[in-house]
Amino acid sequence: MAAILVYAELSEGKVATTSLELMAKARELGDVYAVALGSGAKDAAATLGKHGAKAVHINEDSVFDDYIAEPATDALASLVESEKPDLILFGFTSDSREVAGRLAARLGVGLISNAGDVTAKDGGFVAKVPYFGGAKVASMKANAKPAIVLVRPKSFEASEKGGTAEVKQLDVKVAEGSRRAHITERVAEASEKIKLEEARVVISGGRGMGGPQNFPLLEDLASALGGAVGASRAVVDAGWVPYSMQVGQTGKSVRPGVYIAVGISGAMQHTVGMKTSKVIIAINKDAEAPIMKMADLGVVGDAMKIVPALTAAVKAKKTK
Amino acid sequence: MKIVVTVKQVPDPNSNLTLEADNTISREKEVVLDPGDECGVEEGLQLKEAHGGEVILVSMGPERAKDAIRKGLSMGADRGVLITDPSLAGADALLTARVLAAAIKKEEPDLVICATESYDGSTGMVPPMLAELLGFPQLTFAKKVEIDGSTVKVHRQTADGYQVVEAATPALITVTAAIAEPRYASLKGIMAARSKEIKEVAAGDLGVEKGRPAETIEGVVDAESRKAGEVIQDDGNAVEKIVQVLAAAKVL
Repeated sequence: MAAILVYAELSEGKVATTSLELMAKARELGDVYAVALGSGAKDAAATLGKHGAKAVHINEDSVFDDYIAEPATDALASLVESEKPDLILFGFTSDSREVAGRLAARLGVGLISNAGDVTAKDGGFVAKVPYFGGAKVASMKANAKPAIVLVRPKSFEASEKGGTAEVKQLDVKVAEGSRRAHITERVAEASEKIKLEEARVVISGGRGMGGPQNFPLLEDLASALGGAVGASRAVVDAGWVPYSMQVGQTGKSVRPGVYIAVGISGAMQHTVGMKTSKVIIAINKDAEAPIMKMADLGVVGDAMKIVPALTAAVKAKKTK
Repeated sequence: MKIVVTVKQVPDPNSNLTLEADNTISREKEVVLDPGDECGVEEGLQLKEAHGGEVILVSMGPERAKDAIRKGLSMGADRGVLITDPSLAGADALLTARVLAAAIKKEEPDLVICATESYDGSTGMVPPMLAELLGFPQLTFAKKVEIDGSTVKVHRQTADGYQVVEAATPALITVTAAIAEPRYASLKGIMAARSKEIKEVAAGDLGVEKGRPAETIEGVVDAESRKAGEVIQDDGNAVEKIVQVLAAAKVL
């Protein structure tokens, strides 16, 4: 059996959902081991056991919480040396990809990122990766051992299917030289709103919204429908709305019942984060925009007129 | 302070990609300086204006990637380095990072600025690899950067706010587009850029072995695409139609 190591990302002491999704896939590929670093690692081991980890290597040192990437890279490098995994799975998240990048460079093995699936083949691993703007999918064979693959969130369904993992203390000396990028403060910009990833309706705005001053139109529609507002990378980059609203490859992946894309052209960067929505509605003045080719309903028209009218119609229907 | 900004020439994000007969992405498209890198150049220039020093642009790419460097020079950067070598075509992230690291080491910078990820690849793997190969700490997703003597401090964007992260220089930072609005090149800047140095370096000069790529493409198939549904022109009936779809999806 191949030895699969899953890097379990901890967020405020809890295992990130993305890591549990990886566990479901890892179970199909071989014997699953996980590594959890930082505060909460011990509790995380129990969760990971329920999701199929045979053993979990833990270290609760707060150095893993307080310094970016380098301590975790040290720990993984020593684990790779002792356990010799065939495959290491990371979530394609901002924290995990930094560790994966450093680790790959240190081991000199390269990696495959942004994968949507991983399969075992001829004693190695093949990952499916969006290619050519997402219009195509490339099958990439990992040439290195260990193979390192970063998988997009929501690629697999997490499920409990396992028992109790053996908990192994990972003794790692984090070099003084790795205590460098120090997180000295954490600032939450709190929001009372429905979480994007959990909303059953997501309404996202792009460049076609004309400017940040028009986003309240989307907020109004979202509150009428009990949904959340998202955005394309272009408008986040332009500073119209915060990064926390970004849907897409480098933002959040969503899978709501209905996704309404307003003034969004539909670049791959965006669509990989929303194309598995059950129903997609696009409102755009350009009939040729790529989003129109994937929407269940495409409306060619002026969003500034349609959105407020839609909000009024939704409210009217609700009060009936 | 010596600042290196990595820059990349990418297909214009506002144009559509096309395929060559052999399934590779056409490079004949209009190409531009990566918009994310423009923000990196801008931040580099602002730090230089506040603290003095030099801004050096380092890129890997074909000969015409000089245009991307020239764009940054016209914004005000001091000089450029282009690593260009036919053997580097199609380089993966690790090879790219190795080549950039070898070229950047020669400059002995205090600070390396990268965009969080490129517009075309969007995988964001080169910056952490580069930091590792340079032996620098990485301060990432910065939406704000402060320099205090030999300490660099950033506000690191997170899903629900930000973290304050500090390290001693030399260090590598990645910046988001929220960091700074890129300036327009002035006519004077464009004229001045013509005489600024762009040093060309071959892969062999850097002593980087190409090695085996991390992955091999076994095949390319069309992505499972959603079928296009109905597209209607709004002639006043769009709202009614959308309401029907919302009701059918049971969200209304």
